[in-house]
Amino acid sequence: MIYRHTLLIRLTHWINLVCLVVLLMSGLAIFNGWPALYWGVRTQFNQPLLALYAIQDESGQQVGITDALGHRFVTTGWLGLSPGVDGRPTVRGFPAWATLPGPLWLALARRWHFFFAWIFVINGLVYAAYALFRRHLWRDLTPSRQQLRQIGRSAWDHVRLRFPKGDEARHYNVLQKLSYLVVVFGMGPLIVATGLTMSPWIDAAYPRLLDIFGGRQSARTIHFVTAFAFVAFVVIHVLMVLLSGPWNNLRSMITGRYRIEEPITESRVGE
Amino acid sequence: MSGPQSIDRRRMLGRTAGFAGTLLLGGCDKLSRSAWFTRMLDSAESANRHVQAAITPRGTHAREYTEADLSPHFKSNGTHDPSDPDYRALARNRFADWRLELGGLVDRPMRLSLAELQALPAVTQITRHDCVEGWSCIGKWTGVPLRTVLAPLGVQTRACYVMFFCYDTVAGANEKYYESIDLAEAQHPQTILAYAMNDRTLPVPYGAPLRLRLGRQLGYKMAKYLRRIELVESFGQIEGGHGGFYEDNGYEWYAGI
Repeated sequence: MIYRHTLLIRLTHWINLVCLVVLLMSGLAIFNGWPALYWGVRTQFNQPLLALYAIQDESGQQVGITDALGHRFVTTGWLGLSPGVDGRPTVRGFPAWATLPGPLWLALARRWHFFFAWIFVINGLVYAAYALFRRHLWRDLTPSRQQLRQIGRSAWDHVRLRFPKGDEARHYNVLQKLSYLVVVFGMGPLIVATGLTMSPWIDAAYPRLLDIFGGRQSARTIHFVTAFAFVAFVVIHVLMVLLSGPWNNLRSMITGRYRIEEPITESRVGE
Repeated sequence: MSGPQSIDRRRMLGRTAGFAGTLLLGGCDKLSRSAWFTRMLDSAESANRHVQAAITPRGTHAREYTEADLSPHFKSNGTHDPSDPDYRALARNRFADWRLELGGLVDRPMRLSLAELQALPAVTQITRHDCVEGWSCIGKWTGVPLRTVLAPLGVQTRACYVMFFCYDTVAGANEKYYESIDLAEAQHPQTILAYAMNDRTLPVPYGAPLRLRLGRQLGYKMAKYLRRIELVESFGQIEGGHGGFYEDNGYEWYAGI
């Protein structure tokens, strides 16, 4: 057993999880206020990159439609048209089970989103300060030169679902380190900055943001895409936890203790 | 004025109460109905307002765009064509009888006709209009800065807010549209009373004969179909008490985000 995660890392990890869930669901509820995405400084209503809506088909039946990059899909029950909180088919972007609050209620969705955005940012700043000043960033997250050279082997090990054992398991592997770095210091700041670019007040104070992201509507689109990049990260993260010893991983993020498995040398003999 | 799909909070509450979905959703929607939890969520509004004010350099202006950026189709939101009888009567007469009333905590209340407003020094700005729903349109607005209109009134020192009372009633609502801003926002050069849009007399869907334009806040703050401007010390006793029609329906008074 080694002591893997300090109390501060464990706390910020779980606070972050709550924030991500609430921000995603309230974000989808805000998106439902105008369920379409565009590129540029203004909304070109006839040129959406993504649009969720409902139409009547030939038989007069309402169907949910998703337009994505010029392709049209029928997505009744999921996107564009889905059961509302009262169970009846409702014209809405994302379905009620994915949004917070469940009903189409933009004002309340904004309250949830902006409150938890503060928690997310403060939590992230505490973590980042810790990572910098307590050397967590250099010691645990920055890949060594040797690790970077063996990135191909590490990727192949992941594909074969072989996870490090023994001494190697004392540290994050290179793909883990790189993905944590991208999420914490790339996607995190990106989703906050694009969120702020949607604020007309912030745009007036810091117009550079508009130039960086190509306008308020582009910023909204990047914000949306980054949110789903977080979803993709969480899915892979949880998958890896499940495949590489769920109880050991979960315990280490709750109590801090992580069991190092000794490599089983016999299995390698046959290779 | 940018509107949500659902504004009747009480009706929505009832509906929510009846249909708790999954455990998480049910739990969260239940939280949404409890007073202490909504108060906690609301604390973010004052955090946003104060932090954004603190990090904003003095005298910042919203970006002004060029003719090439103008929206070919500018979406009209909220009320498109007020059915209120007093407004219909004024519109029939092309607003010749319309007067903007200016009063409240001022030394010299006034009534201004459209011609009198148009005789004041005008400004033209091409700015972005951001709806709370998420879309943005760019329009060219011509009008009088609000501070020019307020200056001769003699605003009393007790006054803290400028109220805007309107002719329109949003469908299904039981109060007329109104809005409010603070005196600092009222003094901003991009806070204008617009009577023209894209070089034409302001059309009815966009708030004829006169509407408010702000550079740094969301569309619902920009009251259309103006009837009366009033300087007040507080808006706690006016209509729903939250300083505006959408504010009375759960939206933030500070709409800079």
